[in-house]
Amino acid sequence: MTEHESIASDGASRQYLSFFLGGQEYATDILRVQEIKGWDTVTRVPYSPNYILGVINLRGAIVPVVDLRVRLALESAPFDSATVVIVVRVAGARGERIVGLVVDAVSDVYSFSAENIQPPPEAVGSLDQRYVLGLANLEDKLVIVLDIERLVVSSVLGETKAA
Amino acid sequence: MSIDQEMEEILQLFFEESFEGLDTMESGLLTLDNSANRETINTIFRAAHSIKGGAGTFGFMEISGFTHSVETLLDEMRNGTRGITPDALQVLLQSVDVIREMVQSAQAKRPIDMVGATALSSELIRILAQKGAPVNSAAESAASSPPAAAAPPPAIDAPATSASAAPDRSDVSEAAAASKSAAIAVNGNLPGGVLEGWRIVFEPDLSLLKTCNDPLRIFDELANLGTLEVEAHTAKIPPFGELDPTQCFLSWTLCLRSPAEHARVAEVFDWVDANSKIVYEPIYGAGVSAGVPSLPAAELPQAGGQRSMTAADVPAVQPVPAKSGGESGSLRVATEKVDALINLVGELVITQSMLGRFAEKYEPQDIESLRRSLAQLTRNTRELQESVLQIRMLPIGFSFNRFPRLVHDLSRKLGKKVDLKLSGENTELDKTVLEKISDPLVHLVRNALDHGLESPEARLAAGKSDTGTLELNAFHEGGSIVIEVRDDGAGLNKDRILAKARERGLVDADALLSDENIYNLIFVAGFSTADTVSDVSGRGVGMDVVRRNINDLGGHVQILSVPGRGSTIRIRLPLTLAILEGQMLRVGKEIYVASLVSIIETVQSKGEDISCVAGRTELFKHRSDYLPIIRLYDLFGIEPDSRDITDGLLVVLEADGRRVAMLVDELLAQQQVVIKSLETNFKQVPGLAGATIHGDGTVALILDVPGLVRTFLERQSMQFGRAA
Repeated sequence: MTEHESIASDGASRQYLSFFLGGQEYATDILRVQEIKGWDTVTRVPYSPNYILGVINLRGAIVPVVDLRVRLALESAPFDSATVVIVVRVAGARGERIVGLVVDAVSDVYSFSAENIQPPPEAVGSLDQRYVLGLANLEDKLVIVLDIERLVVSSVLGETKAA
Repeated sequence: MSIDQEMEEILQLFFEESFEGLDTMESGLLTLDNSANRETINTIFRAAHSIKGGAGTFGFMEISGFTHSVETLLDEMRNGTRGITPDALQVLLQSVDVIREMVQSAQAKRPIDMVGATALSSELIRILAQKGAPVNSAAESAASSPPAAAAPPPAIDAPATSASAAPDRSDVSEAAAASKSAAIAVNGNLPGGVLEGWRIVFEPDLSLLKTCNDPLRIFDELANLGTLEVEAHTAKIPPFGELDPTQCFLSWTLCLRSPAEHARVAEVFDWVDANSKIVYEPIYGAGVSAGVPSLPAAELPQAGGQRSMTAADVPAVQPVPAKSGGESGSLRVATEKVDALINLVGELVITQSMLGRFAEKYEPQDIESLRRSLAQLTRNTRELQESVLQIRMLPIGFSFNRFPRLVHDLSRKLGKKVDLKLSGENTELDKTVLEKISDPLVHLVRNALDHGLESPEARLAAGKSDTGTLELNAFHEGGSIVIEVRDDGAGLNKDRILAKARERGLVDADALLSDENIYNLIFVAGFSTADTVSDVSGRGVGMDVVRRNINDLGGHVQILSVPGRGSTIRIRLPLTLAILEGQMLRVGKEIYVASLVSIIETVQSKGEDISCVAGRTELFKHRSDYLPIIRLYDLFGIEPDSRDITDGLLVVLEADGRRVAMLVDELLAQQQVVIKSLETNFKQVPGLAGATIHGDGTVALILDVPGLVRTFLERQSMQFGRAA
């Protein structure tokens, strides 16, 4: 088993921001989230992988935007008025990075402790196992907790070796 | 903790000032070469003196000891007791290097290497010994054991003759005396005998050492006025456990036997009198005034002991915050630039309040005033931006200043006579650009001296003056800075360059090259260092690195050369790396920015000037050259308006000394753009230099022309490879 540092072992409950992708609810550690903004046009960057939509201007900083559906190999869907960009901060090999993630819609903020997160089963659909911290069972709802940092650093920023 | 930080800051200040002082000494010494100017010697002496003092204060005894002998030599030159010989100048210049190295080691918190210093001190002692024996001992003792430098007061017993010295001092210091403690000045005029000296009680504030003042320096200075006896009072020193070595717990009673009047003596305490208790009492007549114990010489070492204590402990206080004195550190900004900024911000605030008024109570008829205010805001913002960018601008003189020394040393070594002319030293450019251009410039200057300029004999034989001229010139030209390195030497030998290039297979045997193309061959990696390696220009970066550095800065190099008359290397650089004079280009729905400097011209092709080579490479006939055509949409995978070359525009670009034609759909506006890094949050992308932000908030990508050309060539060779 791989160790995920993000799982707190002290049993303290943490807050998670949840969002929808193709009808399924996902969650990420809320401390990684800087802000949520509406979907706007991006500037395409040549030689980028297909899940990189391009870059946007976030108050003077040039920030790459990832289509999370494409990244997680889910079926793509047209963007609508609910489509939002979750701006997260992650620690890359060369310092902190700001990256935007496009999701269908934001849902809720949940509090649960690490014990509530069960290790993922062998296969969660077509999801890449490496980016899943586990599953959280909340009032008959199943939320997939993502390891956003690993997802962003290892693939988006091209720092695979550093991970 | 805060004391450590304070200490560290003061220490850094000392290093900075020392380096400046060393530069002053160096440039001064170089001018002494030509003319012995009293003021120049004074300047050099003062610089050496403050380095010595500062080093002593901070406990860099090696530095202060060595500098002391340098100072002794300078002092003799200053007094006119020693002539200025080239021999002595050379030793002094070398001393500057040694001191600089020592200060650098001290700054890096490395142990100070005394090898160079020891060798040079013996040289100094030799020179000092050539004339004036008494000085010798002082220099020797200073070089060997620095604290002993404190002892010589008795040796300077001479001023029995100082009656003549007193009058000319009085006029200088009278005014100062009036403003200082007047009560004592009255004392000084008391009748009752000839003024024999002063009894001074000196109780400094605890912070004396932290304000960079060294009591020993003060005593040295006093000793110069006459005979000095020092008694240190150690009663206030706390038990060892409570002792804070950065504080001065000592006080002194000084007995100075000198005819100097009060103002002259008080001047010595100028830097400390604000925070110290100093009582001056004149001594009259034959005897020492009552109550002053005649100090035995044995008291002197006590002062020396105190000194070595602070000296040893001060460095022990500060190794904690090993702040990196790295490149991007601090920036010295001229006060007027900061003032200009403050003014502009003030105006901005006014404009903002004007606009705020409209927001509060808007009437439709106010639209005109609103527009005016907005126009003002626009102007303010632009000026503010310019001023902020100005802060990073430094005169290129910072880089040029090192060349007099370099040329001096090199021309000696190479046996050439060189007259170095600097002009445009005040031309300003961005600090980062300045730092990155310095090494290439050194290389170019070394090259010009080594290969460009001929030996005096060869010059005379060619009918030229035996002294060669090397000019460094900088000026602004249309948003760029141009730096020229010009020599009046032999010029580049086209035939030899071409022959060598053919020999190495860099050029086809039958290729016809323009002069410029031939000259550019010297920038090809591995070319310049053929059989021309010498001690001087075989080292360091090659010409290929010079060109790469310049290209990395977004600039380019040009070589002009006339056989027998000399060559000029012209470097053109953007003024700043933060802003780019950009040309907006459109391809399909995408808008890109290209640096205006890299664009030669833009043309519309009629079709007949396009040809295809090997069915693949498209070439555009531009004047006499055939340029490869880069289809930007193809390279970046974009859907263009049209794939037909005659529908679009061909932008002729220059990069790395070669030209290409890039096909775009439309040319848009030219404008200054602020360069933002793509790497901060994303990564480097081939062909892109960064990004910028449009007026509407969207992002436009900035093309990296040299990178684009490289990417294009790589892709092409890959395609060919696949086709073959």
